Amino acid sequence: MSKRSRRSSVVSMSVGVGLAVGLYGTSFGALATAAGLSVWQAQVLSLLMFSGGSQFALIGVIGASGPAGMIPAIVSAWLLGIRNGFYALRLNSVLSVTGMVKIIAAQLTIDESNAVSASQESPKESKRGFWITGIAVFIFWNFFTLVGALLGSVISDPSVWGLDAAAAAAFLGLVWPRLKHFQSNLTALVAVIFTLVLVPLIPSGIPVIVGAPLAVGLIYLLKRTGLGKYLQGDNHG
Amino acid sequence: MDSYWFAVIAGSLAVYFWKILGYSLPKKFAENKEVVIFAGKLTVALLAALTAVQTFASGQTLTLDSRVAGVAVAAFLYWRKAPFIVAVCSAALVAALLRNLLGWP
Repeated sequence: MSKRSRRSSVVSMSVGVGLAVGLYGTSFGALATAAGLSVWQAQVLSLLMFSGGSQFALIGVIGASGPAGMIPAIVSAWLLGIRNGFYALRLNSVLSVTGMVKIIAAQLTIDESNAVSASQESPKESKRGFWITGIAVFIFWNFFTLVGALLGSVISDPSVWGLDAAAAAAFLGLVWPRLKHFQSNLTALVAVIFTLVLVPLIPSGIPVIVGAPLAVGLIYLLKRTGLGKYLQGDNHG
Repeated sequence: MDSYWFAVIAGSLAVYFWKILGYSLPKKFAENKEVVIFAGKLTVALLAALTAVQTFASGQTLTLDSRVAGVAVAAFLYWRKAPFIVAVCSAALVAALLRNLLGWP
């Protein structure tokens, strides 16, 4: 591939990803206002939090638990944000940024910008992929959040429109592409069981932030024991 | 509604904390495979747990209502590689139809 065509391919990939991801900002905006947030609060989340999974988690827990669920909502969003930290570790060597540029790069560090950057061959394209994808997602995600929030704010009873089912389907859509390996699937299954068992026992919002880490801990312990080899299907556990 | 500003701001700062932390740590942390795998597992576990709660929980009770049908349709669509927005809107549509036409909970 020539230099020019490689450059245009990373640009079109980045903008394409930005538009596709940005579009579902509409569902975030609508679900946020349905959960009881104002249009402004939904918008500020997309500007400042800017991480789809964490944003859905925050409004999901608030929608289900109301103001009493604020702390579990923050913790859920925070725990889901950990992975961005790992993308940041990787990108820090790729981008070599400092000062104000680093502060902006950190904000744009999300699933998509990291993925596009990681899929490029040359360091230059890798940098370009990060920046264009990050900026494209940021613009489209925020624009469509506003559209969705304005649509959602005119709906008085979210369940009549099936928005509670939409929220559940949104989480399913976020986890679906990650269910690729046996261990991930097992972790997901154990997390679901632990969490549902905890639902009647502890206040709403908390089962998720207890159940999910417990599941990860259990799978880790299983891996450390003899069972781990059996689970992994190899001999160097 | 105003009280939610606390969650909006504190949550945003909490998420940004990880992002800026990654750019501040020595680069050798990026090479620790175990830690990277842990982060991936925790993400899967949290998203799966949130899916389950959003589908089956009503406050502190577990219920089977129209949401389950909506999510089942979404699962089928994801399996058929449908776009996110299509699956999410279909789930809403199915749940809304069941409630408004059949009177399901």
